[in-house]
Amino acid sequence: MKKHSVLKKVYMALIILFLYAPILTLMVLSFNEGRTMGKWTGFSLHWYEDMFADEDIMDALKNTVIIALVSAVVSTVIGTLFCLALPRLNNKVRSVFLALNNIPLLNADIVTGLSLMLMFVAFGITLSMGTVILAHITFCIPYVVLSVRPKVRQLGMTHYEAALDLGATPWVAFFKVVLPELRSGIFSGFLMAFTMSVDDFIVTHFTRGAGINTLSTMIYGQVRIGIRPTVYALSTIVFVVVFILLIASNIISGKSATVKARRKAES
Amino acid sequence: MSSTLVELEHISKSYGSKLIIDDLSLTIHENEFVTLLGPSGCGKTTTLRIIGGFETPDSGRVLFEGRDITNTPPNHRNLNTVFQKYALFPNMTIAENIAFGLRISKKSKQYIDDKIKYALKLVNMEDFADRSVDSISGGQQQRVAIARAIVNEPKLLLLDEPLGALDLKLRQEMQYELIRLKNELGITFIYVTHDQEEALTMSDTVVVMNQGYIQQMGTPESIYNEPENAFVAAFIGDSNIIPGFMVQDKLVDILGVRFDCVDSGFGTNTPVDVVIRPEDVILGKPGEGRMDGRVTHIIFKGVHYEMEVMAGGFEWLVQSTVGHPVGEEVSISVDPFNIQIMNKPASEDEEAIKLDE
Repeated sequence: MKKHSVLKKVYMALIILFLYAPILTLMVLSFNEGRTMGKWTGFSLHWYEDMFADEDIMDALKNTVIIALVSAVVSTVIGTLFCLALPRLNNKVRSVFLALNNIPLLNADIVTGLSLMLMFVAFGITLSMGTVILAHITFCIPYVVLSVRPKVRQLGMTHYEAALDLGATPWVAFFKVVLPELRSGIFSGFLMAFTMSVDDFIVTHFTRGAGINTLSTMIYGQVRIGIRPTVYALSTIVFVVVFILLIASNIISGKSATVKARRKAES
Repeated sequence: MSSTLVELEHISKSYGSKLIIDDLSLTIHENEFVTLLGPSGCGKTTTLRIIGGFETPDSGRVLFEGRDITNTPPNHRNLNTVFQKYALFPNMTIAENIAFGLRISKKSKQYIDDKIKYALKLVNMEDFADRSVDSISGGQQQRVAIARAIVNEPKLLLLDEPLGALDLKLRQEMQYELIRLKNELGITFIYVTHDQEEALTMSDTVVVMNQGYIQQMGTPESIYNEPENAFVAAFIGDSNIIPGFMVQDKLVDILGVRFDCVDSGFGTNTPVDVVIRPEDVILGKPGEGRMDGRVTHIIFKGVHYEMEVMAGGFEWLVQSTVGHPVGEEVSISVDPFNIQIMNKPASEDEEAIKLDE
C-alpha cells in the first residue's frame, strides 16, 4: 500500500512538473540579469522596469484591457439575456439556439478570425479596435452562456413569479429577486469572457486595424524580430493575472455550489 | 353562502396539442375554503395559475369581484400565492421576505415593522425575523411563505400543494394551522392538492378534477358519502365499486343478490356502478347476511383491520375493528343508506383510475 501511495505522489509530481516547468522557466528567466536565454547571470528586476518604460508594451497593455473589459461587459449582458430568454422558448427552438451557441466554442479560432475579417472587409467596415471588440464579443458570448445558464435553470421561474405575485413589476422582480441569485454565475461568466479576450491571439490578429496591438499580437511581433526578456516579464505578469482570475472564479462558483449543496441537504 | 368572489367562466387551456382544462366553470364565494383535488395532470395547478395570473386561458374569462381580470398581470391582482416550493427569496432575511410586498406598495416603515411582527406571531415564528432563509427548516419556510403572502391582506389566498414537501406529522399540524389562519383572517382560500385526506380535512368545498374536467363539487361529506362517478369514488378513500343493475327504485341487484337501497330515478333494469365504502360492509356469521363469503386476506392497520372477502365472485374490501382470520366463512350485509348508486362512466375521465399507492 505504502509503495503505491509513493508511486502515486511521484506520478502527480511529474505531471505537475511537466505542465508548469515551461512557465516556471519563463518566470525565472524574467528575473535574469543578462539577456541570454539559457544562462543565469544574477537576479534583477530591470526587465520589469524596462517593460513599464516601454511605450509599445504599455500601449498594447492598455488596448488589451480596454478590449477585454468592453467585450466582457457586452458579452456578459448579451449572454445573460440569452439565458433568460431560453426557458421561454419551446424545446425545438431552444435546442437550435443552444447548438448555434456551441458552434463558436468548437470552431477553430483561425476560421472564426478569418471569416470575421472577411465579413468586416466585405461590408466595408474599416478594421480598428472596434472590429476587434466586436470579434471578441462574438466568441465570448458562448462562455458567458455556459456559466450563467445553469444558474437560470437552477433558479427556475417561481422566484420571479412570487415577486410578481407580491406586487412587483417585472423590472423590480428581475432586479431585486432574479439578478441577485444569478450574480455569481454572471460574475464568473464575466471573468471567463475577460480571460478569453486577454488570451486571444488569432482572432485579434485577423481583425485588428493597422497599428492596433494587444499584448499577444505585440509579443508575437517581437518574436519575429528577436525576443527580449521584457517579454518574459510581461508574460509572467499575464500568467499571474490570469491565474488569479481563474482562482477567483473557482472560489466564487465553488462557494455557490456549497450553498446549493447545503440547501439540498436541508430540504 | 356569502357573495361571489371569483368566477371562472368556460375556461379552456392547452399546451401544444395537450388539452389541460376543457370548458371549466367554477364559482368561489367569499370566505370559502375551496380545494381543487385531483391526480397530477388533472389541471388543478393550471386552474390555480390562471386565477393567479401566471397563465392566460385560451378562452373563457376570470372574474374577480365581478371585474374581468383575465388579462390582468399578477402584480395587479388583489390576491397572493403560496407556492409549492415556497419560493422564498434567498438573498433576503425572513423579515425582508415578509416586507417585500409591503415595501413595493410603499407602506410606512412603522406599518411594515408592525405587520412583520404581527405576521411572524401569526405563524409562530417571532424569533426568526433576522434569520436567513437557508437556516430554517422546510416547515418553517412554509410558515414564512404564508406570512409573506398574508401581510398584504389579500382578498384571496392561493395555495399550491403547500404541504407537499413536509413530513406526515408536520403536515397534519399545518392543516390545523391553516384552518385556524383562515378563520382568524377571514380570507378566501383556494387550495390545490392531490391528497384527498387533506382536502376532506380542511375544505368547505371540494372540487374533484380529472383530465381537465370537474368531476364533482360539494362539501367533503357529500363528496365522500355520495360520489357521483367511479373516478370520484376511487379517488376519495377506498371503496368497493361493483357493477350491478337497478331493478327498480330503491332496489339494486349486486352480483346476483338484491339489496335494498335509498336511491331512485335510475329507471328499471339499468346497469349501474355500486359504491360501498369498506367501513360500511358488515361482517356476520354465515347465513346471517345478504350473501356468504370467505376471508382471503387480513392486515392490521391500527384503528381497524382491513380484510378482503371473496363473495359472489367479487373481492370485497372490508374495514372492521373486529378481525376475522383468513379462511373463515362470513356473511356480508350493508345498510341501505350506505349503498351509493352511480351511473356507468360516460367518458374516460369519469372512470376509476388505479392509484400508485
